Amino acid sequence: MTTRGRAGGGATLTADSIAEEFTSYYDRPILKPPVWRELHIGGYLYLGGLAGASSALAAGGELTGRPSLARATKLAALAGITLSLAALVADLGRPARFVNMLRVVKPSSPMNMGSWLLAAYAPLAGVSALTDLTGRFPLVGRAAGYGAAVLGPAVSTYTAVLIGDTAVPAWHQGHREMPFLFAGSAMATAAGAALIATPAAENAPARRAAVLGAALELAAGRLMRRRLGMVAEAYERGRPGTLTRAGELLSLAGALTALAAGRVSVGRVSGGSPTGRGRVRAGSLASLASPTSRPRASHAIPGHPGRGRALAVVSGAALMAASVCVRFGVFSAGVASSQDPRYTVVPQRARLSTPPS
Amino acid sequence: MTAPPAAGLPAVQEETGYPEHPPRMGFFTDTSLCIGCKACEVACKEWNRLPADAPFELTAMSFDNTGQLSGSTWRHVAFIEQRKPVRAPQAPGGRPSGDQGAGDLRWLMASDVCKHCTDAACLNVCPTGSLFRTEFGTVVVQEDVCNGCGYCVSACPYGVIDKREDDGRVFKCTLCYDRLGDGLVPACAKACPTESIQFGPVDELLERAEARLRSLHRDGVQDARLYGEDPEDGVRGNGAFFLLLDEPEVYGLPPAPMDPTRDLPSMWRHAAAAAAALVCGVAAAFLTARR
Repeated sequence: MTTRGRAGGGATLTADSIAEEFTSYYDRPILKPPVWRELHIGGYLYLGGLAGASSALAAGGELTGRPSLARATKLAALAGITLSLAALVADLGRPARFVNMLRVVKPSSPMNMGSWLLAAYAPLAGVSALTDLTGRFPLVGRAAGYGAAVLGPAVSTYTAVLIGDTAVPAWHQGHREMPFLFAGSAMATAAGAALIATPAAENAPARRAAVLGAALELAAGRLMRRRLGMVAEAYERGRPGTLTRAGELLSLAGALTALAAGRVSVGRVSGGSPTGRGRVRAGSLASLASPTSRPRASHAIPGHPGRGRALAVVSGAALMAASVCVRFGVFSAGVASSQDPRYTVVPQRARLSTPPS
Repeated sequence: MTAPPAAGLPAVQEETGYPEHPPRMGFFTDTSLCIGCKACEVACKEWNRLPADAPFELTAMSFDNTGQLSGSTWRHVAFIEQRKPVRAPQAPGGRPSGDQGAGDLRWLMASDVCKHCTDAACLNVCPTGSLFRTEFGTVVVQEDVCNGCGYCVSACPYGVIDKREDDGRVFKCTLCYDRLGDGLVPACAKACPTESIQFGPVDELLERAEARLRSLHRDGVQDARLYGEDPEDGVRGNGAFFLLLDEPEVYGLPPAPMDPTRDLPSMWRHAAAAAAALVCGVAAAFLTARR
């Protein structure tokens, strides 16, 4: 490749000086913007995260004897994966040819690997949720649930590889941090769904997962944008910028509300009289996790209509909205970065002018 | 990957698994010879029966009313008007061969096409195996397999392959795979009146390109450079390479394109670590939760 001769003495050009000398073909984009529709694929990124992390929470609920939490998260996983598959198929130019995704096994294609992953995960999530609802085949259901929990985290993060393996500057150049952003966002939104759907007595783990997820989401997003250099502008300007900022604020608000909900609930639960350990399955994590316990019958009691419950719902809604904003922000930032030739040329020029190390 | 023999392009067919194959075929597009007649665009449309780029509109920026390569335009002639001092080739007597003193306006014209990369991102990411490597080393879409997922569109670092929205599938230059099979020259190269578009085995084309570059440099055209011929670049070289008279981005070409799949191992590692972080986070949430 021919390099520019104008930076005298082989001096390294800074990104700023390159940006000043930027030239293009009538300002036309070099890349083709993604042909994926935002509602479908942005939604797919979000729903896949919701489903995968929900399966992980469901396994935790199962292992620690929190049946309401387990059921709510299993249903969230099934709903998430069903809708995300529908979005994926609807976005194809030839939806009837969806099964062509499974005519080869192709490790160089993240979408092919993802299709196989979903082909394994979706039935597990489905069996897990349906057996829980109907109460039939509990052993099969539990096995499927654990299987879904093993694959779920991969379902939540592989989408970062999916969009990272493109020429889209805002996606490809964030490929190191994007999986962590997606993991945090998935954890926060699954925890959010659990907070909305689970009685206060069982949602302590969801509150913690909400805070951890939101923290990871915020930290990974910040780190990614700092390392992106000038390409970070795609995440900060215009509509992607609005979505990114809204995502951060909602995340923060959701996490703080979850903490507040925890304080209220803890006060209430610890005020109750410990009436001995509930029935705990052998090998369950509950023995580690719960020094005190409540009677198992309390599972049947619907959530306390108190302040803690209301706060949990508000927190859950904020976290889910945050995750939606983050995923759609990432999607639209990618589109924006592919439409402006600057994001293609300036980083490539900077790479050319840096001597290979 | 072993280094290819002295400045040649990799024999990509062998890597793909063709035990016996014809030489790798490609294009050398010498833009210093292009007169902007668009015969290549028309011949390509005719031979490949490509639909019109509806709706027709004038770009009002130059004679380029095609705008870009697309699912229905597989050759695209770019027109660039520049205010630059023109250093014309010197006639043998040492005098300029034309009168370029006054305006200092120069026109660059270049016929762009699919690069048929050695490391083709579109081919690597295609989830159905619709895109494949031919025995000629070119990259072709099997239209009866493509399900229109559009992954290749975002993966191509040159913005070549595109989806026809009315059809749902993706389309791009096949380097006239059907004509090659019959020993014919691709339609665009056949129609080019100035031999700006040259077709042949890439090794031969590369020698011609390097000879042409030396002769242009000798004549004082210092801006001339080859583009896409380097097997060490981010896509290990193109089966269709170019001689340009300015920076690639002036023509709408990326200055240092890269196959994003190169980073795939790193991406999977980061995704695995992130999935592990998610598991640890959920486990921590349960282990620390009190009843």
